[in-house]
Amino acid sequence: MTQTLSTLAPLRLLKLREFWLAISIAVMIGAIATRAPSFAAPANLADIFNNTAILMILALGQMVVILTRSIDLSIAANVALSGMVIALCNASMPWIPVPLLILAAPLLGLALGAINGFLVWKLDIPAIVVTLGTLTIYRGTTFLVAGGQWVNAAEMTPDFISITRIQLLGLPLLSWFAVVIAAAFYVVMTRTPIGRSIYAIGVNPTASVYAGIDVGRTKFIAFCISGLVAGLCGYLWVSRYVIASSETAVGYELQVIAACVIGGVSIAGGVGTVGSALLGALFLGVINSALPVIGVSPFWQMAISGAAIILAVVLNARAGRKTGRIILKRAEAVS
Amino acid sequence: MNDQTPATRHVPDRLDNPLRSALFSWPSLLLVVAVAIFVANSLASPYFLSPWSLSDATFNFTEKALIALAMALLIISGEIDLSVAAIIALASTAMGFALQFGIDTPGLVAIGIGTGLLCGAFNGFLVTRLGLPSIVVTIGTMSLFRGISFIVLGDQAYKGYPESFAFFGQGYVWWVVSFEFVLFLAAAAIYYVVLHRTSFGRRIFVIGNNATAAQFSGVRVERVKFVLFCLTGLMAGIASVLLTSRLGSTRPSIAQGWELEVITMVVLGGVSILGGAGSIVGVVIAAFIMGLVTFGLGLLNVPGIVMSIFIGLLLIVVIALPIVYRMVRK
Repeated sequence: MTQTLSTLAPLRLLKLREFWLAISIAVMIGAIATRAPSFAAPANLADIFNNTAILMILALGQMVVILTRSIDLSIAANVALSGMVIALCNASMPWIPVPLLILAAPLLGLALGAINGFLVWKLDIPAIVVTLGTLTIYRGTTFLVAGGQWVNAAEMTPDFISITRIQLLGLPLLSWFAVVIAAAFYVVMTRTPIGRSIYAIGVNPTASVYAGIDVGRTKFIAFCISGLVAGLCGYLWVSRYVIASSETAVGYELQVIAACVIGGVSIAGGVGTVGSALLGALFLGVINSALPVIGVSPFWQMAISGAAIILAVVLNARAGRKTGRIILKRAEAVS
Repeated sequence: MNDQTPATRHVPDRLDNPLRSALFSWPSLLLVVAVAIFVANSLASPYFLSPWSLSDATFNFTEKALIALAMALLIISGEIDLSVAAIIALASTAMGFALQFGIDTPGLVAIGIGTGLLCGAFNGFLVTRLGLPSIVVTIGTMSLFRGISFIVLGDQAYKGYPESFAFFGQGYVWWVVSFEFVLFLAAAAIYYVVLHRTSFGRRIFVIGNNATAAQFSGVRVERVKFVLFCLTGLMAGIASVLLTSRLGSTRPSIAQGWELEVITMVVLGGVSILGGAGSIVGVVIAAFIMGLVTFGLGLLNVPGIVMSIFIGLLLIVVIALPIVYRMVRK
């Protein structure tokens, strides 16, 4: 059953939706370029990409969870806690090589994600309740481990800060992190059994059970994946903004969910691709970069992204209703 | 307490069960927790057991609890509203804006509550008329509503509310009994009657358990949900009047993050996040629990962000305990 999924009409429609989203991003960039030509310059586009890298990585993690009909509200708190612990390690033990810290960050995030996944899997508590709880717990713990202090640039080692800024083939390493992770997600989601299982339990949990998929365990893995990337982003965030505090990425979980929704990831599960999450994040990234360029006060940013979310969900729902009908007709035809 | 597991959602004819079990077991468990926290508080701090301290403690939760009452109904019906804190911000901004034109207290209150109602109706319109998932819609409107506050105010603040306006958030009805507290008790009584003693309340439960069956039974599912969104907006508007009056100023960041605390209150109160089960009594006790925890820890000089660890743990542990208990007994 899972193998025939890719040939179903909804996914073809979805590709169309990504196509339109990409077009609208291009049109947006073009329109802004008419007022500020430098906006569309390759260097500026690379800059926007780099500024959106963390959002893109987190949106991929969130997408995997949303595909399984769950949600991870703790993703930004995980970023803050993992980032804080890694920054504290760097500040107090500067002799630890930075690559080791970069490896440790995702593992830390993985552990936090596994706690979410465990509660959802073994205790069967709804994901929104679990992650609402762990969101406050992780953020409070961030404050506790740092004793209410910040870790600032002076306390971090130069390597810790500069690694994400190393230029490679014209892009900073931070951007390459996003590229590599997006590629990894693409492979996992489309070419591995776990990727197919994640889609399957989102589309139809009951059928998945009969197909031999452990729904709870698959959700657990989804939360581990989301935790893993959140942990990595913990390091990336601290390195990018050169500060770790308990206020790091406050409320960012909603931006991440917004990126998924704008990309067309269905909150009902089972619908969404790596490309859609990336484009959703880029859409927000372009808007955020464009506002100062066209002379709009940054205070408009929040309302505009809110309007974008509502517009996206209205458009997605229309497309979704169409695909729903098609599935129904097919099912009728088969029976 | 079976209603905490998604599995029971597949059982169609259980209209009576979750209500009865919630009424008889969940609130009593909560009550035990509340009493334990109360005793722990009085042992931990000598300042806790005084009428004025206890009165101060109520200010910690009355505004959030007012919203939680309506949110409970909304969640029982199977929807959710994440935009309530943003509605507070927008309603407060609207009041501050009106203040600039010299509008006096009655007008300000009407504008605050009216803005809340309009915001709720907007959410309800998007969810019921356009058939959109409420969690996504209200994430969007949350950004939109607060975003409008930011557009209007930027980094400024509205101040200088009239003297008479201060009564709603700072006034006392009798001795240590605050206006906010009386309003909360009255609202709780009304919501109790509406949810548990009227046909409208029955319909909310039916919709939450099986919206399709409700539709075929002649329940106007969309209209009921629309009313519930309006009610939630209305309560957020009332909370906005109280909070603005208590703080005496409006900033766009007012009530930031409250939506999560309100939902925590509702879920802690035994309302199933999947819809179809819950009680007002549970929500009221949960409101007291959260107020007591934050106030008690405050007396011990525990910073707010650390308190949130306790609230988060409380939420997970209280929900996990019965499940673990059932698993162990098996």
